[in-house]
Amino acid sequence: MTSTAVPITTKKDWSSDQEIRWCPGCGDYSILTALQMLLPELGVRREKTVFVSGIGCASRFPYYMNTYGLHSIHGRAPAIATGLAVTRPDLDVWVICGDGDALSIGGNHLIHALRRNVNLNILMFNNQIYGLTKGQYSPTSEEGKVTKSTPFGSIDHPFNPISLAIGAEATFVARTHDMDRKHMQEMFGRAHQHDGSSFVEVYQNCNVFNDGAFSAITGKDVRSTMLIELHHGEPIRFGADLERGVVQLPDGHLEIVSVAEVGTDALLIHDEHRDEPGLAFALSRLSNGVHEPTPIGIFRDVVRGEYGAEMQAQVDLEQEKKGTGDLAALFRSATTWTVD
Amino acid sequence: MPTERPTEKIGGVVVRFAGDSGDGMQLTGDRFTSVSAVLGNDLATFPDYPAEIRAPAGSLAGVSAFQVQISDHEISTHGDTPNVLVAMNPAGLKANIALMERGATLIVNSDAFDERSLAKAGYAVDPLTDNSLSEFAVYKVPMTSITQEACKEAGVKPRDAERSKNFFALGLVSWIYTRPTDATLAWIEERFGSKPQIADANRRAFRAGYDFGETAELFDSRYEISAAAFREGEYINIPGNTSLAWGLIAAARQADLPLFLGSYPITPASDILHELSKRKEFGVKTFQAEDEISGIGAALGAAFGGSLAVTTTSGPGLDLKSETLGLAVSLELPLIIVDVQRAGPSTGLPTKVEQSDLLQAIHGRHGESPVPVVAATTPSQCFDAAIEAARIAVTYRTPVILLSDAYLANGSEPWLIPDVASLPPIEANFASTPNATNAEGEPEFLPYVRDDETLARPWAPPGLAGLEHRIGGLEKADNTGSVSYDGANHERMTLLRAARINGIADSYPTTLVDDPSGEASLVVVGWGSTYGAINAGVERVRELGRHVAHIQLMHLNPLPNDLGELLAGYEHVLVPELNLGQLCSMLRSKYLVDAKALGKMQGNPFRPAEIEDAILEHLGGAS
Repeated sequence: MTSTAVPITTKKDWSSDQEIRWCPGCGDYSILTALQMLLPELGVRREKTVFVSGIGCASRFPYYMNTYGLHSIHGRAPAIATGLAVTRPDLDVWVICGDGDALSIGGNHLIHALRRNVNLNILMFNNQIYGLTKGQYSPTSEEGKVTKSTPFGSIDHPFNPISLAIGAEATFVARTHDMDRKHMQEMFGRAHQHDGSSFVEVYQNCNVFNDGAFSAITGKDVRSTMLIELHHGEPIRFGADLERGVVQLPDGHLEIVSVAEVGTDALLIHDEHRDEPGLAFALSRLSNGVHEPTPIGIFRDVVRGEYGAEMQAQVDLEQEKKGTGDLAALFRSATTWTVD
Repeated sequence: MPTERPTEKIGGVVVRFAGDSGDGMQLTGDRFTSVSAVLGNDLATFPDYPAEIRAPAGSLAGVSAFQVQISDHEISTHGDTPNVLVAMNPAGLKANIALMERGATLIVNSDAFDERSLAKAGYAVDPLTDNSLSEFAVYKVPMTSITQEACKEAGVKPRDAERSKNFFALGLVSWIYTRPTDATLAWIEERFGSKPQIADANRRAFRAGYDFGETAELFDSRYEISAAAFREGEYINIPGNTSLAWGLIAAARQADLPLFLGSYPITPASDILHELSKRKEFGVKTFQAEDEISGIGAALGAAFGGSLAVTTTSGPGLDLKSETLGLAVSLELPLIIVDVQRAGPSTGLPTKVEQSDLLQAIHGRHGESPVPVVAATTPSQCFDAAIEAARIAVTYRTPVILLSDAYLANGSEPWLIPDVASLPPIEANFASTPNATNAEGEPEFLPYVRDDETLARPWAPPGLAGLEHRIGGLEKADNTGSVSYDGANHERMTLLRAARINGIADSYPTTLVDDPSGEASLVVVGWGSTYGAINAGVERVRELGRHVAHIQLMHLNPLPNDLGELLAGYEHVLVPELNLGQLCSMLRSKYLVDAKALGKMQGNPFRPAEIEDAILEHLGGAS
């Protein structure tokens, strides 16, 4: 039990003594730094924090955090973290995964963790490539992508991770990118605050196998025109002078328009807490790829019963009714007979 | 007034109920078993049902059977051949008649032997009229029509009334074997109380069956089977899956750990999930996962968090769990994997027994990946086997595979309820303080420093400051647990992992050898659920004046330290297994003994006669 005040910590306290082995220039460094700087501000304890990962470049993350950590096997982190989170509700459990890990080999575990709403902060580093196996296309690679395993271009239609998460009825869905520490920290902080499964897609540059995959939208000079920042309760607009905006058409579709042409009153007001997921889903479909204006921020943040708490509530209720379990009575829970 | 029939005392009887999947044969057999248990008979059951929930009605594929042996003395199997077959339809008769020996009793529902049902079962001519059953005592009882007549006043539709005919059969057999009626009537009330019409119909059908025995003057006598001479104490009739579940609950209690089950439904293991899901008052958390991999994944996560973690499955699921099992080997965390074996490969015979996962359990992972394997021997012994698996897992910080099978899972026997205070202790011994000092002289925690005796590493669930550590599937440096790609370290870690698992054998009790005369030249070595059949087969050989020894192994990996020496003391080693000879090949390679395999892969257990015959054949000379 936490009876004393949470000690004041710095980034250094959250950094392990392990040598970091990502390629120089990898986007993973800035995500690691963002989190190591954020955690001291969240008022949480290192010993109550666990990072669980799968396999892939991103999944080396736990080794670099001076917390409890588990580097598991490919795709299974959400399943393993589920068992940890539901049996240890006192812990902060973070899941670190990549796009191949979470959406390909581990796709099943991801969607089921999201629908159950297990209390996990799932950060998916999306670099649209397989890095650790040296450059094959991933489930988020664009069609036509030429890689070592697709010399004639990929014929796979990619997943849109935000659409997938909303389709699985995740209760918290956000997107950020590795070029903006402040935005990442805001998203990670909100994900941590959320009770239930939080899914954050982080656009992350792989400078070795897929360099510049996001530069058309995350480059400093293009951000204002290519990133549509979502703010709860505010009209959705973007551009250097906020000259463009998003409206909802009568058939439900969303469209990017010139604010001057439609007027500010016509713009869609963003509502993170809208229970019905249709509009958040439509927002996730606004961009057809990372070459078009793309929304970032919190798509959805709604309240639904957290899985571990509901599991615990059933245990508590039974114990309230029956006491804490009597083995001798259990062994006699069907007809017995006595031999003298 | 019907004449009072004489009651004859008999030592025991083997009854087999057979009918369509929808005829309620499992329930009928189960009730007959329960009342016999309460009378103090020893008993052993064998539910034998098809994979389909409802195969085409009346077909041979849809036949569901339940066999029970009840006895006034100690028995260890459900019996070689039934003395009585209750056949609810032609298919039930046809599918089971080959099991019956001359002179056996057949009680058939004659109403069901119409042209259509006969054709479905593949009978060109009605066997009840063509004299083909002349070597049996055949009782033709119009069960359907009497049941419908009896249920008229219950206000149920004729179709629903017809469904109560299994209670008629139960009533009739209860009369023949002088079983009390009150327990069954009370059970009907308890089970169907919320549906008064159905309860009433079942009650009426049961009474009609009982009264039919009394009044029809078809049966010359009734039979009485006295209570068996059990050890003093309180008993309960328990199927293997239930006793295994209770063993896990007890083990968690003994270790003072919360119990967590991650599982995906699969036949014949699902009843363990069902049983544990009901027991939340013990703090049990059950998680029905999205797949087998998630089942073991969640369990491993719970183990990292400090739970006694379990995953349950059958063969196909064990395949899927292999990778996570390997991770558990690398992480050195306690975890119990229950494999309720069924016949394979692939989907195989999902409801039928086989022991063909043994080598997979021991070797079925990539890399040098040793895992202890424990096998349960009887339905009630599943309780002890579960506690033993937990003891090994927790003490040695290792995943343990606990092998049960379809026969143990569904079969039941009386269990002498243990005194809770007598259950063995299990020590979790969580790490509570740093265990080393770093270069700066500060205390630090190294996750792979080992206990001198057990070679187990510390178990340090998250939550304690100063013990933060990272573990994973990459090879770890000895002691520190940091990632290490060093070849010499990898070899050292491989040897340490192997030595830790091999050392578990030091904690076993002396191997039990059943060799009463001490003059046996042949030892029968079995493992797991063949215990009952081997035991009975060995007894028969001894009754013939021959000498034979019996060893039944519960620990399959590592094997007991004294086993090699024991085997060397016999001229012949016979190894009956429900597979092609998996343990046999292990014994041959490990001990260089000329062990002979006796295999059976027919989806059902050995019959004692098969064991007896094989022993006699090996001993040479006719009985």
